[in-house]
Amino acid sequence: MTTQPSDNDLIVQVLRGNQQMFAELVKRYQNFVFTIILRYVESREDAEEISQDVFVKAYRSLADFRGDSKFSTWLYTITSTTCITHLRRKKQDVFSLDQENVFARAENLNSGFTANEVEQKSKINMVNSAIALLSPDDAQVITLFYKAEQSLDEIATIMGLETNTVKVRLHRARQRLKEKMEKHFVAELSDLK
Amino acid sequence: MDTNSNMEERLWDYVDGISSAHEKSVIEKLLETDSEWRHKYKEILKANILLQESIDLDEPSMRFTQNVMEDIAKYKIAPAASTYINKKIIYGIAAVFLTIIVAMFVYVFANVDWATTGSGGGIPFDISKINYGKIFSSTYVNMFLMLNVMIGLVFLDKYLSVRKKKLLEQDLTNTSI
Repeated sequence: MTTQPSDNDLIVQVLRGNQQMFAELVKRYQNFVFTIILRYVESREDAEEISQDVFVKAYRSLADFRGDSKFSTWLYTITSTTCITHLRRKKQDVFSLDQENVFARAENLNSGFTANEVEQKSKINMVNSAIALLSPDDAQVITLFYKAEQSLDEIATIMGLETNTVKVRLHRARQRLKEKMEKHFVAELSDLK
Repeated sequence: MDTNSNMEERLWDYVDGISSAHEKSVIEKLLETDSEWRHKYKEILKANILLQESIDLDEPSMRFTQNVMEDIAKYKIAPAASTYINKKIIYGIAAVFLTIIVAMFVYVFANVDWATTGSGGGIPFDISKINYGKIFSSTYVNMFLMLNVMIGLVFLDKYLSVRKKKLLEQDLTNTSI
């Protein structure tokens, strides 16, 4: 049985000049990076362009990765900063918890679901659709915690926040997600009970 | 008495495994004795499992990895910042500034006439009588200024050579593509 090389092993190989090993790291993390970016930008094309930029930045500064944190944490930090820089450059709105229009935007997104579609949605679709109704910050915290397996400390590093702030954000994000599901996916929720 | 949201928050911390040992034992006791807590705990546990199992990841296009690899082929890995940032120099600069600040404080405090302070304020000497010519003709001041000019020139030279090197590298990569 062959075991997959660890991230650090791959990084060592890349730093020794084996550029092709970087493709393995890209394959491992492209979906995570792409999903996190999609929480902030609506267009898949933009998300793909930013994702590509993230990996190029990561490659160029790979020698700066000291291994003090997980490679994924380091990569998601680059993802987060690149995404925010991109949005600032494009002068798009970076939705945050404090913005009043977050929920108005969520309501608009919801209008795309018809009753029949909602009925057909599986449990997975329900959760992901409800996440899409959250603000990008809430959606990012939930994705990093549940999918990218980042601890609160690691999320704090990625988002440049205090661990306690992340804890509060995660709690609020879960509450808002619950509210969204209770409001828009009543039938699915009752099926789950 | 605990509010509902406080209960929820404490239970989420417990489920996330971030409660302190003391808090953990308190919650475990509450779960044994209080049906309301037990009911909420089950609800939270269910929601936690739902989140763990249901979040989907989006996928970029099939060509994504290839695109990244084609893109990075144009670049070289930049040397680690630690190799060109010498901490000794940073500490040296900090030491120089600290020494100057401390020396200034010592000088100012040593020259304060404590007997006259607070008796009407104002500067205890006549500014118009300061002989600037005498100060700036001092050998030490001239040496200090010269040193600053030289350091400035060294930094300018370094900055220009790094820029030149970067431009040269960029030209080489562009021609090799």
